[in-house]
Amino acid sequence: MSFVIVSLIKIAIVFAIFMTTLAYLQWIERKVLAHIQSRTGPLRVGPHGLMQPLADVFKLLTKEDLLPPYVSKVFYLLAPFTAVCLALISISVIPFGPEIDVNGTHTYMQISDVNVGILFVLAIGAVSVYGVALAGWSSNNKYSLLGGLRSSAQMISYELPLTLAIVAPLLLANHLSFRGIVDSQAGYYLGFIPRWNVFQSPFPQIFGFIIFMIAGFAETNRLPFDLPEAENELVAGFHTEYSSMKFACFFMAEYANMVTITSVATLLFLGGWHPLFPGPYCNWFPTFVFLFAAFLFFYQAARPARKRDRITFPLFGVGALVLAGIWAVPFFQPFLVPAFWFASKVGVLLFTYIWVRGTLPRFRYDQLMHFAWTFLFPCALLNLLLTALFVAVF
Amino acid sequence: MHVDTVLFVICAIVSILCALNLVVQKHPINSALSLIGVMASLAVLYLLLGAEFIAMAQMIVYGGAVMVLFVFVIMLLNAGGEKASHKSWFAQIAGLPLLLALIGLLAFLIRGVLPPLRDVNFGSWVGGTAEAIGRVLFTEYLLPFEIISVLILIAILGAVVLARKEID
Repeated sequence: MSFVIVSLIKIAIVFAIFMTTLAYLQWIERKVLAHIQSRTGPLRVGPHGLMQPLADVFKLLTKEDLLPPYVSKVFYLLAPFTAVCLALISISVIPFGPEIDVNGTHTYMQISDVNVGILFVLAIGAVSVYGVALAGWSSNNKYSLLGGLRSSAQMISYELPLTLAIVAPLLLANHLSFRGIVDSQAGYYLGFIPRWNVFQSPFPQIFGFIIFMIAGFAETNRLPFDLPEAENELVAGFHTEYSSMKFACFFMAEYANMVTITSVATLLFLGGWHPLFPGPYCNWFPTFVFLFAAFLFFYQAARPARKRDRITFPLFGVGALVLAGIWAVPFFQPFLVPAFWFASKVGVLLFTYIWVRGTLPRFRYDQLMHFAWTFLFPCALLNLLLTALFVAVF
Repeated sequence: MHVDTVLFVICAIVSILCALNLVVQKHPINSALSLIGVMASLAVLYLLLGAEFIAMAQMIVYGGAVMVLFVFVIMLLNAGGEKASHKSWFAQIAGLPLLLALIGLLAFLIRGVLPPLRDVNFGSWVGGTAEAIGRVLFTEYLLPFEIISVLILIAILGAVVLARKEID
């Protein structure tokens, strides 16, 4: 097959999965937050509120699309567009699995293998602040302007520790493309500890990971660093004046940035698609997980908390069985098993994002800046120096 | 026509239009955004030449950090539009012809100083990888590189001193 057709197929697959993830990430976030706060979360639309994302899309589409008369129109309309486009671009260089052969076609599980992939993601991250900054400025509103200003200052400040934390695994991998970085993390110490960068020998590498995650929270404007949209001081921050689909664009951009930053963390520190434990039987691990999920669903269906659980849980159980079957087919295994490992690592990190949101209160603005410059930045610098020393000595 | 050529023509036109817009615009934020456009299209041009590391550095440093600072300062000062001054009759009549003459003169001089131009083959240059640039920086251009780093250090110290004086 020609390069163009393979690329188009890959783009279609990645786009479909990415969009579904974005829609359902929001459902998962609501559910997890609700359970952290002893509520039930969305429950009305569809079984267990599963149709909620669809309902939200219809709600946002049918809302009145306001264009306030006092805004600077071009930039006001440009801002959400910039935000969402830049947020969606980065996924194109993220690899989800190794090189694969499908019916003789040799390809990568990645839209494009850029040999400066990590720099590409950093470059997109560096310019993605314009969406928020422009939205704040063009709205011609004090709260929006403050939100935009805070966002630019915050993103400049946290970009430093983020980049410094990224450099350490790059030194270990001696490569700038994601594929090279992940390949350098293959294998196991002592036969069972994976050679992921988090477990890599210069001990502070786990600190590098934590620094990256903290700075990542700030870069994506998530709690506890969501000062640009702090609702108790700034109404809604930079997107106060936005409604309907323009608001949805910012919303989607936030979630897309979350997925990108967790994917990068997975690739740099958690070994990408490499499995947690060695051995040929790890190909059967996803099947086992889905079988276990199916068992749990059927078990719950036997003692339902609500009446309709007697119908919905067996259905979910059958779905899990089907997934287990798909992952057990040897033809699919070479590309579905790495994708499973990649997705599960990203999923754990995304869950952490939501977990932190449900647990920690918001920082004060001066605390945020103080933390970045006097604690996180020196820590990242120290981590980088120690890693460089280690690489130079050994 | 090859895809490279098409992309080159598009990006070259966009960068020139953005540069013109930068000068013509009255409001500083419009000018700043035009400058971002120039930076971005230059990055694509670097990429077409095979200098992928420089392209990404261009986007991160100029398109990202520097221009975010520009936009930040413009937003912080809430700078309004530029007010047109009364132009003298000489500037009104002779401004444009003199500008064109200057550009023509510069082009002529640069054409004379530069070695004869060769055909550019997109992507044929292989010295654009991070390894190659690192090697060149630490061997051939070590002294300029170190001098620039000292210069930047002095600038940072100067900024810190000035900022501190303001607080006290």
